[in-house]
Amino acid sequence: MNRTYELMFIVRPDMVEEDLDKLIATLQSGVQASGGAIKSVDKMGKRRLAYTVRKFHDGLYILMVVEGGGAIMHELERRLRVTEPVIKFLTVRIDEEQKRLDKIKQLRDSRKKVSAQPAAAAPATAPAEAPAPAAETPATA
Amino acid sequence: MAEETRTPSTDRPAGDGPRSGGDRPPSRFGGRSGPGGPPREGGRKFFRRKKVCKFCVEKIENINYKDYRMLGQFVAESGKIVPRRLTGVCSPHQHRLSNAIKQARNIALLPFAGRAS
Repeated sequence: MNRTYELMFIVRPDMVEEDLDKLIATLQSGVQASGGAIKSVDKMGKRRLAYTVRKFHDGLYILMVVEGGGAIMHELERRLRVTEPVIKFLTVRIDEEQKRLDKIKQLRDSRKKVSAQPAAAAPATAPAEAPAPAAETPATA
Repeated sequence: MAEETRTPSTDRPAGDGPRSGGDRPPSRFGGRSGPGGPPREGGRKFFRRKKVCKFCVEKIENINYKDYRMLGQFVAESGKIVPRRLTGVCSPHQHRLSNAIKQARNIALLPFAGRAS
């Protein structure tokens, strides 16, 4: 069961950079131990929250892309919940959506090709088809 | 007879549309100030531009909760999701849009109520 999840979480703004790195490292080791993989970690920096969360007005946003099954995410969420500096998190499954986007992209590319080709392809196929019946008719006759 | 009574009633919502959907000032003001005289003599003196789905026109397929600036266009001052009769977004895209807005709210990128401070 391999799925891709996007995990965004907010830590309190007064957290030291080193502590944050340590937290990310522990999460990473935890995920790896249970057979998953963290594809990327993106620290999006400090941002003003749209509403107060645990009396904080700002937060440090971190975005992770995690690969693995649901059990791994469950464990990861549990871990975030008990980690005191983490004030909010959101997990979104992205592989299905990505599949859909790829499909649309493929469809658009193929349409582009069709619209671009006929100028070159249509004359090439037309002469190729034309001699074929001509060649067949003497054979049958 | 029944058809005659029906036609004005179908015309009326079309006339009411721009008034409630006053999201596009240019077309509205153009219609009002254009004739110069009283705004509605014959009933329909104003011109309403056909609304189009932003996502269909610009071919944006990826409606993501992280893109809060884009989502902000479809959230009213009060924090509400703007209905698609005002914005012109098509049904499948509005569905994705509303999901994305709700996700963004959950992670404090957009407010539940009131404007983002």
